[in-house]
Amino acid sequence: MRPGVLTVYRWELRKLRSQKRTYLGLGAAAVVPIIFVVATGLRGGGPNDVPFGRYIHDTGLAIPLVLLLFGSIWMFPLITALVAGDIVAAEDGNGTLKTILTRSLERGHVFGGKMLAALTYAVVAIFVNGAVALVAGTIASGFNPLVSLSGTTVTAPRGLLLVGLSLLVYLIPIIAIACVGLLLSTVTRNSAAAVVGTLMFSLILQLIGILPGLGGTRPYLLSTQFDAWQGLLREPIDWSPIIRAAWVCTLYALPATVWAYLAFLRRDVAGG
Amino acid sequence: MQTGAPVEVRGLVKRYGDLVAVAGVDLTVEPGDVYGYLGPNGAGKTTSLRMMLGLIRPTAGEVRLFGRDPQVTVRALEGVAGFVEAPRFYPYLSGMENLRMMAAFDGGDARERIAPSLEIVDLADRAKDRVGGYSHGMRQRLGIAAALLRDPRLMLLDEPTTGLDPGGMRDMRQLVRRLAGEGITVVLSSHLLSEVEELCNRVAIVRNGRMVYEGHLSELRRTAGSGYRLRTTDDGLAERVCNAQPGVSDVRMTDGGDLRFSAAEPAVAELSVALVESGAAILALTPEHATLEELFFRLTEGDEDGDRAAALEHAS
Repeated sequence: MRPGVLTVYRWELRKLRSQKRTYLGLGAAAVVPIIFVVATGLRGGGPNDVPFGRYIHDTGLAIPLVLLLFGSIWMFPLITALVAGDIVAAEDGNGTLKTILTRSLERGHVFGGKMLAALTYAVVAIFVNGAVALVAGTIASGFNPLVSLSGTTVTAPRGLLLVGLSLLVYLIPIIAIACVGLLLSTVTRNSAAAVVGTLMFSLILQLIGILPGLGGTRPYLLSTQFDAWQGLLREPIDWSPIIRAAWVCTLYALPATVWAYLAFLRRDVAGG
Repeated sequence: MQTGAPVEVRGLVKRYGDLVAVAGVDLTVEPGDVYGYLGPNGAGKTTSLRMMLGLIRPTAGEVRLFGRDPQVTVRALEGVAGFVEAPRFYPYLSGMENLRMMAAFDGGDARERIAPSLEIVDLADRAKDRVGGYSHGMRQRLGIAAALLRDPRLMLLDEPTTGLDPGGMRDMRQLVRRLAGEGITVVLSSHLLSEVEELCNRVAIVRNGRMVYEGHLSELRRTAGSGYRLRTTDDGLAERVCNAQPGVSDVRMTDGGDLRFSAAEPAVAELSVALVESGAAILALTPEHATLEELFFRLTEGDEDGDRAAALEHAS
C-alpha cells in the first residue's frame, strides 16, 4: 500500500498526542468554562451586556454561547494557532522535515495530512469547550429552556440542538484562522512567529472593525464571522450571517491554503 | 523498470542570491560503488546531497537516480535512502515509534524490516526509549536503521561518522562496509580523507562548490606518487631550468626552500643533467611520494596552502 494523506494524518495525530502543547490548548479549552461557571456562580451576577449573558443563571445552555462570544476575542484563535502555527514550523525547528520528505511521501500528502490534523485539533478544542461548558452550566444552572435573541422561549432539547449547530457554525471562521496559521507556519518556518502572527492577524482584524470610519468593512472581516452563529438563535432562524460567514471565510482560507500549499511544494528544505 | 546509473549528476548548481553553494558538479555513481564525496566543510557537499534527495531545487543542472528525477516525483527515491547532516527524529517519540512512522511513510513491507534493522545497528534494546535521550551516536545509528527500512539499493550518507567517538566511528565504518558488501551502492560524503581511503573505491573531490577531481581512488594515488623534491646550490637558477625542461611540470618553491615538481623518471634523469650543465649543483633530488592527504589539501585549498601543508608535513 502506498502511503498518502491519511497515513500522514494518522501520524500527525499520534505526534499531537505526544506533545505538551496539545494539552495546553485542550486543557485551556476545558478549564475555562469551569472557571467561568464557578466565578459567575460565586459572584451571583453575570455579563449582562452580551447576548445570553443575563440568562447564565437560568439555564446551562447559555454558558457555551457566552463562552463562544468571549472566546472569539483571543482564546479560540490562540488555541487554533497553537497547533496550526506550529505544525509545519516545528518540523523546521526539529530538522525532521528532511526526514519525512525523503521517504515515499509526496510533499502534497505531507501538507494535506498536516492541514487535516490542524483542523481536527481546532474542531476538538471547540467541542471540548462546548461540551464542558454545557455540562458545567447544566450542573450550575440546570437544563432549562433558553430565551432566543428574538425574545421567544426555546425548549431545552431544541436549545441543545441549536447550541450544537452554533458550535458547528463557529468552526467556519476557526477553520479560516487555522488556514492562516498554516500559511504562517509554512512561510515563517518559525513556530513562535507563526503562532503569535496568527493571533495578531486575528486581533488586528477586530481592531479594524472597531476603528471609526472603517465600520463599512465589518461584514467582510474574518473576526465578524465569529458572531454568525447568532443567526441560529433567532426565530425564525436568520441564515444570512451564516451564508456570509461561509463565503467570507472562504475568501480568507482558500488563498491562504493555496499559498501555503504551493510554498510547501516548492520550498527548499535546507535547515536541520 | 528502473534504468540508468544509481546517481547521475550533470551541471548541478545552487545559488543563494550572490552566494554560490554548488558551482557545477558532474558525477556518475556506478552500481556497487562506494563513492566518496570529499571536501572540506563548507565545500557544498551537503547542499549537493540535498539536491540529490530532492530536498532543495537546483538553480541549474539535474540529478537522476536510477534514471529518475527526484525533483519531479518522490518515486525517484524508491530504492534510495539516506540522510543529510545529522539524521533527525521526533525527540518525544521512542526510537521504535519513529521507525514505525518512517515505515508507514515508506509503505510496502517496510514495517517488517524494523526489527532486523534495529538489530543491524545494535539498537534493539534501546528502541523503547525516547529519541530525546539518545546520544549522538545512537541517533546516527537510528538514521541508518531508518534508511534500511527502505531496503535501499542506493544509500546517501552525509558525514556518517562526524561527531562519533573513535569506537563509534569504527562501528559506523564497519557498518558501511557491510552494507556495501551486501551490494548496496553507497555515496558517502566526508571531510576525512582517511575515511574515504578506507571505504571508497571512487571519489569526487569538491572545493568551493566545484569538482576538482572525479575518478578512481587508485588513479588519484598514482597522480600523488609522481612528485620530486629538489635542493640545489642555486634555487633561482634551478627553478628556471625546471620550468624550461620538457616533461617537468607543476614546479613550485616550498616555504622550506625546496623546489618541488612532478615528472616521470626519464624526465628527471634529463633534468639532473641539465641542472649540472647550467651550474646549479644538486644537493638533493628525491622522489616524493606525496600522500593522498597532501594531494587532497592541494586540490581543496589551492597551491599555496597545499605547499604549506606539504612543508609542515615535511618538517615534522
